[in-house]
Order: sequence, then structure tokens, then C-alpha cells
Amino acid sequence: MFYLDDIGRYFLMLKGVFSRMTKGSVLRNLILKEIDDLIIGSMGITVFLAFFIGAVVAIQTALNLTNPLIPKQLIGFASRQSIILEFAPTFLSVIMAGKVGSFITSSIGTMRVTEQIDALEVMGINSLNYLVFPKIIAMLMYPFVIAIAMFVGIFGAYIAGVYGGFLSSVDFITGLQEEFIPYHLVYAFIKTFIYAILLATIPSFHGYYMKGGALEVGKASTTAFVWTTVVIIIANYILTQLLLS
Amino acid sequence: MIEVTNLHKGFNGEKILKGITTSFERGKTNLIIGTSGSGKTVFLKCLLGLFTPEQGNICYDGATYSDLNTEQKRDLREQMGMVFQGSALFDSMTVEENVMFPLQMFTKQKKDEMQDRVHQVLQRVNLENAEKKLPSEISGGMQKRVAIARAIVTRPKYLFCDEPNSGLDPRTAIVIDNLIKEITEEYDIITMINTHDMNSVMEIGEKIVFLQKGHLEWEGDKSQIFQTDNKAVTDFVYSSNLFKKVRDAQLKGL
Repeated sequence: MFYLDDIGRYFLMLKGVFSRMTKGSVLRNLILKEIDDLIIGSMGITVFLAFFIGAVVAIQTALNLTNPLIPKQLIGFASRQSIILEFAPTFLSVIMAGKVGSFITSSIGTMRVTEQIDALEVMGINSLNYLVFPKIIAMLMYPFVIAIAMFVGIFGAYIAGVYGGFLSSVDFITGLQEEFIPYHLVYAFIKTFIYAILLATIPSFHGYYMKGGALEVGKASTTAFVWTTVVIIIANYILTQLLLS
Repeated sequence: MIEVTNLHKGFNGEKILKGITTSFERGKTNLIIGTSGSGKTVFLKCLLGLFTPEQGNICYDGATYSDLNTEQKRDLREQMGMVFQGSALFDSMTVEENVMFPLQMFTKQKKDEMQDRVHQVLQRVNLENAEKKLPSEISGGMQKRVAIARAIVTRPKYLFCDEPNSGLDPRTAIVIDNLIKEITEEYDIITMINTHDMNSVMEIGEKIVFLQKGHLEWEGDKSQIFQTDNKAVTDFVYSSNLFKKVRDAQLKGL
């Protein structure tokens, strides 16, 4: 019953987010600020992680290809498939649940604790729209982050595979182009879009409805991370079932 | 005038406000006093529209809040200014941006017009030199003055202050009290101050409402509060050693 109550409140929150819009000029500045905080601010860690994940995927694949009959191009092929289908969209989103999610929860939670949200409400401002809507719009840029992560991940795989002496550059590129299905990219970006909405709204929910003081802000951040991760993993399963099977 | 009739409010089955009926006049500083847990903050939040009463009415210059539609309620809220206990300044904004915020949200003024108005109110609260500072870079007293400036920048009809001088030294607390009183008279607004500070009561208590366990126990002004024989009020007033000693001295004819 407790979870049902929370799920109900989450959807009511979403309804509140899209009602009584904040003044356009104010909203534009808020969206730009959120893009800077949530998207630009995540670029560094995303690129760093993507590069090394890609590299490790290539090495692991290479080390497990012990059968001499299996062509080396498979390293390029497996790296591409792993990075595009799962590592870039899902694995990075789980990490973003920690980075972006805890930032959103703690910033909104602190505003709740210090009565800044009450101040907005007293002024007649729809605090949900003011605080959450710009985050959702900013997170619509998230697929671009993942696109860069895919590119950097594959580049990392190339560097580790070729310069690690596991296969030649030609083999890697041949494998990379082998049996490429463009729909896999569509699938990956549909997932990323759904994750972006989850990454913006679940942590906002936990921050907005938190009660208590500084300690509870920390607890809310942790809870938001756990729930965002759980929902992303479940959404990944459902979307994979719906879009690929 | 704000008229409150038979106001009831509770949480999770526990009654916090139990039938409060009173009124507050324009141009006066109205104080809501009482011990912790007496329902002062809940009462103030009901007046602000942050809590919906379970029973009873609140009338703002003839308009009953519960009869207003969403748009009218929003318009009414734009006429309210609030000074929160912890100031509630937006910590990512400078002092100037904090004060300008309500103007940006609710007016169509040009930026230089807004800046003029912000300078005017900051000057009024003696904060001309703190415009570019962040709330974390100024003292608690200055934060309260910024909160007052933000609350009055749109020329509201109603000003609500939740313990405006809590956490301040006595000298700064008096400065804040007097500033609120002066602004109330200057702007001819209805000011409601939620406090348990007897110094505020003595300084600016033009109307005092004493709450006890959710009931309106007593109301009067600052001269009457020291003469009342209401036990709950006298217990509250003379809980301070200083006031107790002054009363003992008076009784002894010293």
C-alpha cells in the first residue's frame, strides 16, 4: 500500500509539473541553467567512463576468444553491440542516477528544508513547474550525451583492441561494420529518452516530498538513487522485451 | 482587514487549531504569540493558504479564501509577502536577484525599472552595498532584511513574518522589529508576526493574539498584556526571569 501511495503521488506530481506554467523568460533561463548543471556538467564523467568501459569490453571479448576459428573481427562487432545496446544507455544511466539524481534530490530537498519551496508557493508560483519542468526539458538533451558516450566507448574499444595487440585496425573496423542494424540505435535512443525522463522525475519526487532536516536530505538522495536505478533496470527489461523480441 | 472565523486544522487526526476567531487590521503590526506547539505556525500557514483549514473561513478584505477559484487564489497570493523564519532566500541567487525575483515573475517591467525598484527597497532596509553578495556571504540579520525587502518589493497588501528575529542578537532583533513596524505604517499593509519574543511584544505589539494548545486564549495590545489576569498569558509573559524580576520589583514598590 505504501508503494502504491508513492506511485500515485509520483503521477500527481507529474500532473502538477505540467500545470500553471512559469513565465517564459524565467523558464528559459532556468532551462539553460539546468542544461549546464545536468548535461554539460555530466559530460566529463560520461566520456571518461565510456572510454574505459569500451576498452574493457574489447579486452574482455578478446581474452575470451580462445577458439582460433572465431574471427578477430568479432571483437569489434561485440564491442559495438555491447556499447550501443546496453553499456552506453543503461550502464551510464545507472551511474547518472547517482550523479544527476543525487544532485537533483539534494538541491530540491535543501530547498524544501530551508522553506524556499514554501517561499515559491506563497508567491503564487507553481513550485513543481518552476523546479521540475526545467529539469525534464534539460534532460531531453541526455540522448546527445549518450550518443557521445557511444562514440567514445567504441573509440576506447578500438584503442584497447588495436594498441593492446589483440587485433588489427582493419579487423576492428570490419567487425564494427558487420551486420549493423540501424534499428538497434533507435532502440537505444528510445531507452535513453525514457531513462532521461526517469532521471529527472524520480529524484525530483524524492527531493520535493522529503520531510525533515539535513540528515533526511542525505537519506532522500540515497533513496532516490536506489529507486531510480531499480526503475531503470525494470524499464530496461520491459523496453527490451517490447522493442527487440 | 483579515477576518478569521472558527478556524480548525489538524494533522493525522490530531487537532492543532481549535476554532480560532479573530481579525487583523490594516496598518497595524499584529502579533501571534504562544509557546512552542501552540499552533502559531499552522495558523500563519493557514492564513497564507499553504494549509487548507478543515473548518472555518478566512476573509481577506471581504473575499473569503475558500470561495475563490484557483486564479483568484493565485492573484491573492501575489498580494502577500512572507518573511520566513530562516529567511528562505534562494541560495543560488544574489541579494539583488532574490529581491528582483517576484518582480520578474509577476510584472512586465523592464530590467532597469526592476533594478530601480530593487535599489529602492534595499535602500529602505539599509542594504545598498550587499546587492551582489550571495545569501551565504551575509549575516543572519542582513538575510532577514533581504527577506523583508523581497517580501515588500511588489508592494503587497499583506505581510506575514514567521519569527522574524529568531536567532538574532537582541540589538539586531529590535532593528528588524522596528523596520517591520515602520514598513507596515509606510505601506499601510496588514502585518502578521508570529513570535514568542517578549521584546517584540513590547516594541511593536499593536494587536496581540495569544494561542494556547490551538485555542485563542487571549487578545489585546502591548499595554494590556501586562495587566491581564489570564493565567496562561501571565505564565507565558513572566516565564522570563527579567520580566519576573521587574514585576516583583513593581509589587515591592521599588
